[in-house]
Amino acid sequence: MEHYLNLFIKTIFIENIALSFFLGMCTFLAVSKKVSTAMGLGVAVVVVLGISVPVNQIIYQAILAPGALDGVLGITDPTKSVDLSFLSFITFIGVIAALVQILEMVLDKYFPPLYNALGIFLPLITVNCAIFGSVSFMVAKNLNLGESVVYGIGSGIGWALAIVLLAGIREKMKYSDVPAGLRGLGITFITTGLMAFGFLSFGGIAL
Amino acid sequence: MSDAKKVLTAPVFDNNPIALQVLGICSALAVTSSMANALVMTIAVVLVTAFSNLFISIIRNHIPSSVRIIVQMAIIASLVIVVDQVLKAFSYQLSKELSVFVGLIITNCIVMGRAEAFAMKEKPGVSFLDGIGNGLGYGFILMAVAFIRELLGFGTVFGVEILTLVQNGGWYQANGLLVLPFSSFFIIGGIIWAIRQWKPEQVEKD
Amino acid sequence: MSSNKETFGKTVGFVFAVCIVCAALVSFSAVQLKPLQTANKLLDKQTKILEASNLLEKAGTKSKDIVATYNKYVEAKMIDLDSGDYIEGDTKLFDERRNARDASLSSKPENDIAGINRRSNNAVVYLVRDDAGKVDTVVFPIVGSGLWDLMYGYVGLEADLNTVKSVIYSDHKETPGLGAEVMNPKWKALWPGKEIYDDAGEPAIELVKGGAKADNEHGVDALSGATLTSNGVTNTLQFWFGEEGYKPFIAKNSGGLN
Repeated sequence: MEHYLNLFIKTIFIENIALSFFLGMCTFLAVSKKVSTAMGLGVAVVVVLGISVPVNQIIYQAILAPGALDGVLGITDPTKSVDLSFLSFITFIGVIAALVQILEMVLDKYFPPLYNALGIFLPLITVNCAIFGSVSFMVAKNLNLGESVVYGIGSGIGWALAIVLLAGIREKMKYSDVPAGLRGLGITFITTGLMAFGFLSFGGIAL
Repeated sequence: MSDAKKVLTAPVFDNNPIALQVLGICSALAVTSSMANALVMTIAVVLVTAFSNLFISIIRNHIPSSVRIIVQMAIIASLVIVVDQVLKAFSYQLSKELSVFVGLIITNCIVMGRAEAFAMKEKPGVSFLDGIGNGLGYGFILMAVAFIRELLGFGTVFGVEILTLVQNGGWYQANGLLVLPFSSFFIIGGIIWAIRQWKPEQVEKD
Repeated sequence: MSSNKETFGKTVGFVFAVCIVCAALVSFSAVQLKPLQTANKLLDKQTKILEASNLLEKAGTKSKDIVATYNKYVEAKMIDLDSGDYIEGDTKLFDERRNARDASLSSKPENDIAGINRRSNNAVVYLVRDDAGKVDTVVFPIVGSGLWDLMYGYVGLEADLNTVKSVIYSDHKETPGLGAEVMNPKWKALWPGKEIYDDAGEPAIELVKGGAKADNEHGVDALSGATLTSNGVTNTLQFWFGEEGYKPFIAKNSGGLN
């Protein structure tokens, strides 16, 4: 249990997917003008990450990982072991796209209010590199199923936290006198940089 | 010919994918700690964007619109896998350093964005050039950021020592800030500022 | 988008065709490049092991020479960590990282100072011989938490299994310019001649903040500005050369290896 809690805190703060690995930046910078929209997108990302990381973990470990299919195919000689890990990118992106699509339909049918709130963000999420990045990190870190659930939700919350914070700052920034050339994108970059600087101070915290 | 030139050069300064269109920034930040990494990433992105544009443009009149996103995705993902495999085979060290970021080209919005916005409408030849142009526009920012970070952060350019570091018995005290990934935010912010001072029509209105 | 290309059959057929082409492209490249990739991975490991035993300069930079030098001087042997005995096993297919995930092949260390969570029951050590065929270096793989993530590396010891020849990190995610200085040749040059064990036989090797005194045979300068990475290195070494690491093996073989 302690191990999972540790991983959870670590993924939210220390290895924040937006501010330490800079993933999902396109949407991060584009959809952070208002706190309310940022919140909506954040929740959608948490949901999609919470589902897609574990699902991809199962698929990877059961089919794609080196040697995973040996049992099914009856291969005992380790030198002939099947390694399909080169297919992981295309599988992950396919699974993510399909999951987002399914989620959209399920929400539309059973939870219309939630669909109305999240609906416009869901298609955006397929190409959000935070999702794909987290799935890739899950493989690189070689997480087990339980860890991947925690990791998925944790990195989603981390990302949501970061975008809501940035949106809060940007709402206030409307009242600031920013030099013409920096207005909009430029100052947002610099603000995000400073936020990442702040998050750096979480580094090395061990529970 | 001038049209082709325009397609090729416009994305570098006038309509830069990173500075103006806010596309493909994720990888721009994480891989810019050294020029070598940035160069490899640039080449990979140029190749993937150019060829995905080419292939998608060739079959653009046959793609059913209901499945076009997934078809584009499949083509892009296949190209990225090929690039990743080639990199792993011929430059193991670099592939280790770039790790998951090569895979992230799949979700690099530049590739997808150009496929959707340009290649679906235009002829293969010009789409190919557009892909190269946008890849280069991305690479321009990437290389500029990497140059600043590597020179001031490590005192080297492409691994060749320019400023001798104090740790190695020289005089140059490395800038610790620029070594860290998030410093690229400040640099890109600065580059955007510079480009917009030079071309004021790009300034955003409130 | 004219409507005639929207029929169901055509859509399915089209997607199928795209899949076939993509699959062919991907599989062809993966299968064709696989041998090269495997060779690269192996070469990377062999390079590090040669570096840890000071043979890399002799081998040069050509991959062919590295492989030849490795095959000539280095012998990989599987050991059981708890007993310290040699055991049978395929050292080529051994994967410490995979084993550490598998509950049947690994165990939880009682005193997990290195922060590795699980430790593989077996390990591969590399006996490096001189031209006369006598073992003059033993290379031990190590792993332990740094600031951000696990750091993997190799320690080369002289034949007395106490004097350090080198500490080489191969894989880490430490902060560039601070913790990542474990890769700096100047820092690596501080290691040769240091001793792992104190007079009581306990692992005493450590990084000393603010710089080790010249007569400190167990101490090496810590990395400046990287306290947590330095602590990680100290803990990793103390763990791996302690009771739960290579100490049983070292105790059994301190009389000399063959």
